[in-house]
Amino acid sequence: MDFSFLSDPRYDVLGAFWMNVQLTFWSAIGALILGTILAGMRVSPVPLMRGFATTYVNVVRNIPLTVIIIMMAQVMYTQLGLKLASRTPGEHPQIFLNAQNFRLAVLGFILYTSTFVAEAIRSGINTVPPGQAEAARAIGLKFTQVLGIVVMPQAFRAVIAPLASVLIALTKNTTVASAIGVAEAALLMNTLMENEADKYFAVFIVIALGFVVLTLPIGLLLGWVAHRATVKR
Amino acid sequence: MTTNVMYDHPGPRARMRNLIYSIVFAALLVAAVWWVIVILADNGQLTAAKWKPLIEAQNWTTYLLPGLWNTIKAAVISVVIALPLGAILGVARMSDHGWLRWPASVIVEFFRSVPVIILMVFAFQLWFSLVGTSSPLAAVVIGLVLYNGSVLAEVFRAGVRALPKGQTEAAVAIGLRKTQVMTNVLLPQALTAMLPAIVSQLVVILKDTALGGILVGYVELRRAAATSASNYQNLLPTYVLISVIYIVLNLTLTTSASVLERRFRRGRKGGKVVDAAAVGSVVGEVTGDETR
Repeated sequence: MDFSFLSDPRYDVLGAFWMNVQLTFWSAIGALILGTILAGMRVSPVPLMRGFATTYVNVVRNIPLTVIIIMMAQVMYTQLGLKLASRTPGEHPQIFLNAQNFRLAVLGFILYTSTFVAEAIRSGINTVPPGQAEAARAIGLKFTQVLGIVVMPQAFRAVIAPLASVLIALTKNTTVASAIGVAEAALLMNTLMENEADKYFAVFIVIALGFVVLTLPIGLLLGWVAHRATVKR
Repeated sequence: MTTNVMYDHPGPRARMRNLIYSIVFAALLVAAVWWVIVILADNGQLTAAKWKPLIEAQNWTTYLLPGLWNTIKAAVISVVIALPLGAILGVARMSDHGWLRWPASVIVEFFRSVPVIILMVFAFQLWFSLVGTSSPLAAVVIGLVLYNGSVLAEVFRAGVRALPKGQTEAAVAIGLRKTQVMTNVLLPQALTAMLPAIVSQLVVILKDTALGGILVGYVELRRAAATSASNYQNLLPTYVLISVIYIVLNLTLTTSASVLERRFRRGRKGGKVVDAAAVGSVVGEVTGDETR
């Protein structure tokens, strides 16, 4: 197989994967925050908050990520004028567009991934046996204490594995940003396929192994942590 | 754990507090909705000219229905191929023979960790060099089958593993062969337990058909809708419409599955249910499957 395209200065393979890493990093932080808020709403005693969080999760989770990401660029920005980057005069317009599309993609990933984070956290809370909370209430703890001292510490341990799965899926999902022209691995692969069509197998091996390298350590490391942290019952 | 075990039945003060929270939250919601409406109106998105094309018959027959049909076609073909492939790979991974187990494990682990869109772009080129014609449908189907076949293999494996050990032991004790143990005893029982996980994978497949519209040029619902939107100059209404279509399709799938599952389980004694989120924990490893 011919891997000569790797040393071709036209194709920045590492830079493309670095873009995936950056997309994953910012989206993961945002999704964790929004997802935790949504999960909190879903177990709260206020029916309206529960209803809102449930509706949000069921609606957003069932829309394809592709549709959400393209909506960010074409509806939020082009139609409604949502600007997440500032345009400095005299600068090449592409610089503004790159920053803008990157941030729009991150926003889209956050909105989508937070629904899965919320479900993971909720399922973590569900693994704590009801007797734990009942016993905590029986000795006179308040709701915040029941949640903070008894339920959450146990739920957090059970939540590591599903959250790691969400993180791996997010890493792979960042390829959808190619739909709005973010220069990441899938877009680079597409360019390579057009220019170096005869080496398509080598191109596939390189890009695919790149994702194996990105996702495998997350799975092994967090899988080990989750295994160690699980509450043995 | 259901939420109501976490707090006591609300007394007068707690009810008052919850009421205040409700009112504040409702006010915030109303303000947000009002803000969205103002933004939409300011950008001229609420005019009849923008929304009328959604009920025009020509728009549907020219763009939306053919797109929807392509989406469903790709999803159904992928499911029909991926299910048996997943069963074969899953059984192969549980085989006693190393020469069968190892290749199956490598295939499953590899295709699960590669993004579907990468598989589609590769499949497009592969099909072109092997067959000589370009076929976006083939690229989409091959990409979806490789990924979801591998995920379903894990679902099957988790389903069989969740069965009580006594089932295998009893089957072996009455003299069944290994193949018979699997096909006559384990798989039929595992299938009911796996139903929820399989259905959530169907939802994933349906949603992932939209990836075919990005790089390999398959004209599924989203891509067809984009053409329609640029024709009628109504991006926002069109994207709202296709989002609703996807939500309705996926919710129908999920709801009918839970009805089916309840009917299946009636009269059976328990048995664990494998849901997508639990696959990782049953198999004992971290996967990235359920979010796709």
